Amino acid sequence: MSMVEINGQQIEIDEDGFIVDPAVWNEGLVSYFAKQEEVPELTEDHWKVINYLRQYFKQFGIAPMIRKLCKDTGFTLKEIYELFPSGPAKGACKLAGLPKPTGCV
Amino acid sequence: MDEFKTPLLDELEKGDWPSFVSEIKKAAKTSPGAADLLRQLELSYKEKVGHWKHGGIVGVRGYGGGVVGRYSDVPEEFPHVREFHTARVNQVAGFFYTAEKLRQLADVWDKYGSGLYNMHGSTGDIILLGTTTENLQPCVDELSDIGFDLGGSGGAMRTLSCCVGKARCEKACIDSTDIIRDLTMHYQDVIHRPQWPYKFKIKVSACPNDCAAASARSDLAVMGVWRDALRIDQEAVREYIAKGFKINEQVVNKCPTEALSWDAEKQELNVCTEECTRCMHCINVMPKAISIGKETGATLLIGGKVPVVKGPMIGWVLVPFMKMEPPYTELKDLVDKITDWWADNAKNRERVGELIERVGLANFLEVIGLKPVPQMVKAPRHNPYIFWNPEEVEKRG
Repeated sequence: MSMVEINGQQIEIDEDGFIVDPAVWNEGLVSYFAKQEEVPELTEDHWKVINYLRQYFKQFGIAPMIRKLCKDTGFTLKEIYELFPSGPAKGACKLAGLPKPTGCV
Repeated sequence: MDEFKTPLLDELEKGDWPSFVSEIKKAAKTSPGAADLLRQLELSYKEKVGHWKHGGIVGVRGYGGGVVGRYSDVPEEFPHVREFHTARVNQVAGFFYTAEKLRQLADVWDKYGSGLYNMHGSTGDIILLGTTTENLQPCVDELSDIGFDLGGSGGAMRTLSCCVGKARCEKACIDSTDIIRDLTMHYQDVIHRPQWPYKFKIKVSACPNDCAAASARSDLAVMGVWRDALRIDQEAVREYIAKGFKINEQVVNKCPTEALSWDAEKQELNVCTEECTRCMHCINVMPKAISIGKETGATLLIGGKVPVVKGPMIGWVLVPFMKMEPPYTELKDLVDKITDWWADNAKNRERVGELIERVGLANFLEVIGLKPVPQMVKAPRHNPYIFWNPEEVEKRG
């Protein structure tokens, strides 16, 4: 765990760079995490995915399964990777301030 | 390197077998990561508790898997394993490498990682143990330059794996290495971009000896088999007997379905093909006299797995016989139907075998378009009563 300063705000992140407390997320933080995850420019499409993830997380308390994300946003998985080169779990969820998805076994 | 003592781990160096402790000690001479790995493990043995945090999400550009994040929970004490990620590298089908290729691999791994490997993990991959987040991308880039790619992890098609097959074995009924290479190329997207409820594994064994452990360790096992008769070279059988081979004791009486008989008068070994279950026993003990049939293909088994929702399950027959010829279209079509249905219906972390057990084989077969056949019976029913819903009676006749 470490603290970073984003827009004058102290934010706690874990070793993978995810926000520790999803409640502190705000739109102003997104461009910081976009840089971390090699998203050069945030477009309308990026926001569509981010807002969808936020909405889903607010409603269900977890991240959606990837197939559900694709179906509901209308993006193919390939397009999701074009938007977020590090993928939906590491990339998109981090930008949307969701808690870190569980690791692989 | 600082002096350090590992009395508990040293116990594991005793005995006449190779020891992972000795190997890590060798690596520790040049790799600070390997040295801290030993120190941390000694602490774990002392305290009887693991010191790796659960999970971790790290990765490289364009890939959703292939790297498993590992962090120490005592990084102040062991700074060189603060980040100690695992990379899964897709092995060559059948595990064939030149010494030169292995040296190139080792050069990259010495440069970016701990120098420690599992050759090979139970997924089949070359497992590279221990690197930092910062080193991941350049490491994978250089692996790519020498022709290696990452394998699968998470809810993906996992790295496909097979036995040595026709490249090195006379019992091979199908070209397992070619099938695996072909499927690996075909399924790149689902290998590298996890999109399923959990893992899906395909393994290919070229004969029922199942050297790839496909039936127990893969959701879809492709097992080489023949559908005509065993080939018996009677001359060679007699040679075995002339050398004192006890054919009744060692072969005929051990045939599980009593398909073999020895005619002592004619000095002939006979097989009843309808009874033969292709168990391989006779071929394994008399390899010079008995061999696989000529009409070869594969039996497909579904549902093998080990962890999580339910305990271990062994695969059962889904397709008794399928011809295996490039480009393996029939197999790929079936895999697609199975994974589509499973991805749409499974709960998180539910494997395909568990889903089939939950919803019933009949429903599964209907979706993938296979007719039920007796070979699919996994075990006889324990309960003789069948409860039919009225609608089902109507639907199924």
